[in-house]
Amino acid sequence: MREPGALPELQPGPPEAGQAGGRPAPSAIRSEAPPRRAPADGRTPNARAWWLVAPVVALVAFNAIVPLMTVVNYSVQETFGDNVFFFEGMKWFREVLGSSRFHQALQRQLLFTGIILLIEVPLGVAIALAMPRRGFWASVCLVLMAMPLLIPWNVVGAMWNLLALPDIGLLGRTLNGMGFDYNYTRQPLAAWATMVGMDVWHWTSLVVLLAYAGLSAIPEAYYQAARIDGASSWAVFRHIQLPKMKRVLLIAVLLRFMDSFMIYTEPVVLTGGGPGNATTLLSIDLVKIALGQFDLGPGAAMSLVYFLIILLLSWIYYTVMTRDGGQ
Amino acid sequence: MARIRLEQLRHTYRAKPAGDDDWALKRLDLAWEQGTASALLGPSGCGKTTLLNLISGLLRPTEGVVRFGERDVTALPPDARNIAQVFQFPVVYDTMTVYDNLAFPLRNRRVAPAEVDRRVREVAELLDLGPTLRHRAAGLTADGKQKISLGRGLVRSDVAAILFDEPLTVVDPHLKWRLRSKLKELHQKLGTTMIYVTHDQTEALTFADQVVVMDQGTVVQAGTPVELFERPRHTFVGHFIGSPGMNVLPATVEGTTVRFLGHPIELRPAPARPPPAGARLELGVRPEFVRLAADGIPVRIVRVSETGRHRIVEARHEDTPIKLLVGEGDPVPAEQAFLRFDPAHTQLYVDGWSAT
Repeated sequence: MREPGALPELQPGPPEAGQAGGRPAPSAIRSEAPPRRAPADGRTPNARAWWLVAPVVALVAFNAIVPLMTVVNYSVQETFGDNVFFFEGMKWFREVLGSSRFHQALQRQLLFTGIILLIEVPLGVAIALAMPRRGFWASVCLVLMAMPLLIPWNVVGAMWNLLALPDIGLLGRTLNGMGFDYNYTRQPLAAWATMVGMDVWHWTSLVVLLAYAGLSAIPEAYYQAARIDGASSWAVFRHIQLPKMKRVLLIAVLLRFMDSFMIYTEPVVLTGGGPGNATTLLSIDLVKIALGQFDLGPGAAMSLVYFLIILLLSWIYYTVMTRDGGQ
Repeated sequence: MARIRLEQLRHTYRAKPAGDDDWALKRLDLAWEQGTASALLGPSGCGKTTLLNLISGLLRPTEGVVRFGERDVTALPPDARNIAQVFQFPVVYDTMTVYDNLAFPLRNRRVAPAEVDRRVREVAELLDLGPTLRHRAAGLTADGKQKISLGRGLVRSDVAAILFDEPLTVVDPHLKWRLRSKLKELHQKLGTTMIYVTHDQTEALTFADQVVVMDQGTVVQAGTPVELFERPRHTFVGHFIGSPGMNVLPATVEGTTVRFLGHPIELRPAPARPPPAGARLELGVRPEFVRLAADGIPVRIVRVSETGRHRIVEARHEDTPIKLLVGEGDPVPAEQAFLRFDPAHTQLYVDGWSAT
């Protein structure tokens, strides 16, 4: 509905002008209504449109804001059971941020994420480059690549757990048979290598598929022009393929960063965080505190810190990487 | 390099070509003299891009030989041939500046930096790219990018031919004429052989001294724009070139008399020999060479449309449509009229091919 004051034909001015044209002068009749300035295209703003957003606001409130607020609520209180809570302010946050246990878990987490990004991104790009572009084998490769992504996390963990067992697992037995002293249940280094291997096996495909999509979008003319310009295959990669893959790789790194930073199921099934605390990543430590020890307050505080770290790192990464993207 | 010659050339994209239709390019012999501005004209899928890629070496012909001068270059890769190619979609190396884009082919060939700099500045001058040399190439407009593609070809001192594959497709209409006249100007200044692929007759006829018309993988006619207009060798050329296209009318021949639905039509010169029995016979006459007369073929005027310089008159004899051009201001009868064809520009076509 239009407000009378915003009708386009409303031209506040001398009434004679309107009468001269044979029309009634609207400004003379409705002079009490303050003339609201309509946008140049003649549309009027209508605040009632906000109601259309209400369902989404309600939905987000129930599935995101309310649960998050319960965690915020726990993080500032202490309880000894019986549903009795005492306000503790920032105590748990200070405790979490100051604890060496948290620092160590965070360091392990950063190390793990760093290692898998350094392996999976170059490896994924290399595999994508080596894959055939069209024909029967292109489809075969794509299906094979998609396979690991379809396997549930705990199944992947269980598979690698069995595969790497030093006495009966195929991988464990073979390595020991070749003379390596390999036992991931007792050696921290072996546990880390197995965990990294498992993640590379499970998730490199994602980088491959994204990089492959980026490569497929490059028009044939670029390669033809490069051939005429006498470009080496390194120059083609450096000046055509890599720049054209930049956007998908940006997304690939972001996805792999977030996922690996939150990883839980696979290492828990594989090593349970051990030997000792060697593979206790942030999420595993969080579960130990929140559910193992049932320390609701510290658990909630750590959850929030954990969430904020992921948010902050993702934001910094994305901002830095897209800063000159528009040019 | 003197001239580009294609000998007994044939190409297919199939591993085992069976019929004639499997050949993207049917057997042909063609030559371009040094310094010609030439066009390959034809509808989409007629094989003109295939032909271009065979010349540049992006494709290797299934059969036949490509010669630059006397040298057989059939087996040489594109970077070993002294040609440049500009594609339909502008190719620039996005991450580089305009300067680095132009320098790229020379650096790939390990030319000394001082020489690279000299050549790049020279070509930038030629293409009016001087002020943008330090800009990122990705930020340029489509015509600017096409100039860079062209420039990457021109920087090479040895380049003897430039191939264009519909280079104006993605260029804004108001910039098209600018780039096109730039190409003309370059051709006059440098004398480089230029071969220009297009499906747009205006582009082809304004750019080229020699036009090769192609259809379904064969060369239908090669000649100057005037020849193509006045003496189309095939009804396809008559249709494809000219706006509106040539009138193609059913014909019969008795002895040396050619008739259109019973009306005798005078041809000069007359057909050399009687056409074989059972052949499809047609008369071709361009609307420019049909005129209103006091007697001749009786027609009904159906529609008159204005084009500015002249009027296109659509007439019908019985059910056969005939178009003609009438000068601005000349009278057009309202309904009934008589038409005459110019004997020097009316041709008999036997199975599509000119018999006069």
